[in-house]
Amino acid sequence: MKALEITDLVKTFDQPGGGRLTVLDVSSFQISAGEQVALIGESGGGKTTLLHLIAGLLTPDTGSIRLAGTELTKLSEQGRDRFRASAIGYVFQTFNLLPAFTAIENVRLGMTFGHGHHDPNRAMDLLDRVGLADRAHYRPSQLSVGQQQRVAIARALAGKPKLLLADEPTANVDPVSAESVLDLIHQSCEEENLAMLMVTHSMEVAQRFERVESLEKINHAFSHSES
Amino acid sequence: MSLIQIAWRNFCHRSLSSSLTTLSLALGVGLVVLVLSIFGIITEAFSRNASVGYNLVVGPKGSALQLTLNSVYYLSQPIENLPFTEYMEFFPKAERADMVRRYGGDPALGERDGVYSGFVAGGYVIPLALGDYYGEFRAVGTTPDFFEKLRKGPNLDEKFSFREGRPFKDFTKQNGYFEAVLGSRVASEMGMHAGETFYPTHGDPEGKGHGQGFKIVGILDPTGTPNDRATFVNLEGFYLLDNHSRPLTGDEIIVENEDWKQRDPDHKPLTIPQREVTSILVRNGNLMFAPGMQNKINEGLQAQAAAPVGEIAKLMTAIVGPLLKALLAITLITCVVAAVGVLVAIYNSMNDRRRDIAVMRALGARRETVTSIILAESLMIALIGGVLGWFLAHLAIWIASGYIEDQTGVQVTLFTTSAYELAILPLVVGLALLAGFLPAASAYRTDVGSNLAA
Repeated sequence: MKALEITDLVKTFDQPGGGRLTVLDVSSFQISAGEQVALIGESGGGKTTLLHLIAGLLTPDTGSIRLAGTELTKLSEQGRDRFRASAIGYVFQTFNLLPAFTAIENVRLGMTFGHGHHDPNRAMDLLDRVGLADRAHYRPSQLSVGQQQRVAIARALAGKPKLLLADEPTANVDPVSAESVLDLIHQSCEEENLAMLMVTHSMEVAQRFERVESLEKINHAFSHSES
Repeated sequence: MSLIQIAWRNFCHRSLSSSLTTLSLALGVGLVVLVLSIFGIITEAFSRNASVGYNLVVGPKGSALQLTLNSVYYLSQPIENLPFTEYMEFFPKAERADMVRRYGGDPALGERDGVYSGFVAGGYVIPLALGDYYGEFRAVGTTPDFFEKLRKGPNLDEKFSFREGRPFKDFTKQNGYFEAVLGSRVASEMGMHAGETFYPTHGDPEGKGHGQGFKIVGILDPTGTPNDRATFVNLEGFYLLDNHSRPLTGDEIIVENEDWKQRDPDHKPLTIPQREVTSILVRNGNLMFAPGMQNKINEGLQAQAAAPVGEIAKLMTAIVGPLLKALLAITLITCVVAAVGVLVAIYNSMNDRRRDIAVMRALGARRETVTSIILAESLMIALIGGVLGWFLAHLAIWIASGYIEDQTGVQVTLFTTSAYELAILPLVVGLALLAGFLPAASAYRTDVGSNLAA
């Protein structure tokens, strides 16, 4: 079974001077269950837009996004919110931990908006897994950059998602922390049998994946603009 | 985590802004509760004081309210005086004849029952003579019946009690006709005690002092009524002061005897034609007779009878009613200002929150969910501020409860509430929720993509 199937996906945006700019035009892209894929591309190439479309934060102009058997484009906004809460984990480049909440509360937020009943110990188990059980009640400002990203990974896993989306998760951490963050993401996805799509502009990061795709190749909008 | 927990975390995270907003709302609510409570206490005190045992006040024709104010509250100026014979109309033949014998006057007065005596049977009639002062306080000429027959307290069943001494008497060997009792506040403000002598002034507080002093024989316990700020002197002594005698025309029939010389040969009591009263406090033995008597008095040419409770009710409707409306309007404005404060505080923080909102949306929160979190925060500020304000106001009133009881007789506890203030918390909560809608709508519209990237 495919974790993600994208077919004939087109996304355009209004241009300041009038008319519309096609940012994404993907005819076919798939990820199998449990598969970990790196999507490499330059900045401004539409990587984040693709992730937002897959997460249901944006809607495509045309095309289909099927995630774990659910056609995302057919869902209402509320339906997409609900689906995102229960099926998608998201790791951001800038971590995006909420400063008002402690580490464990940030992790719990990852399961607050879903509809499933979660093990009350899961947040602490996840923090333990990312090596931060002893920092559970620290606020983000009291954690190092690498620790913050680890909390963000634990949060992304909290809702037991089917697909993990990672948007340049190592871009803002030092090389040593980046290694450990990548190890952690890979290990976690394997343990949870979780499909993952990580977008990055770093070949170094991409090389750690068995499957590496280039956005320039799958995104026809890019080739149109190049030509 | 529940939405309330999330809202509470946001509240705590912006602790300075949240606390100041909550405090300003608390002060607004506290001010309103304080004003309404004080208004309630004053209203209750005014209404309660209108009922001190007697059911009618009789005085010269004129304003019934003025008669009530100067006879019950010792405020305003007396209208005029009534001849003593009007007072005698409340007594049966035997007592009238006794008055003629004691004071001297027309014997015919003692040959018939007073016109109103039948209405009063079983009740009492107490004369008041106003016009003198002791310092800024009214000196009230009256009879010992004032302390013997009047009752006070919420159930009108408590006799006057004395902090010092005793009630004055009609005549004693030691002090003659010149005994007085001070209200509690008069005694404390003038620093007087039983056994001392004071000299009333004529006409107004700065008026000419009478040469004749009164011996203070008693000081009342606080009653929470206007009696606390009055000085009571024996009516017989009051009559004997300079300029308190009604001039005779020469047409009066006055039959006197010499009995008075046996009491005090130096002071001859005024005869009945020389006597006047300012007003008369009447308690009907049977209250069913009160309306009939009131009508009969009012039909006459000389006097009027007013029911203090009714007059005060009219005053409340005429003056206090609009005042209450003004206070309620101020309440509403204060609550609106407080709600606008909540709006400004939350709205100003929206720029900082957009990324948090976008993150929550990315984690699966619906638009309605983030909207509810903002509204919940608004609700928290309103509830905490409202309850804190209410509590602070009542704490202040409770701290001042001893003073309030001394001054007004109204007992207040920490949780004494008026009906109006019960509506304040729902009003503040409602307005704060309304105020929360603008930032909540902003949260609803937050664009996730652009704010996640920020």
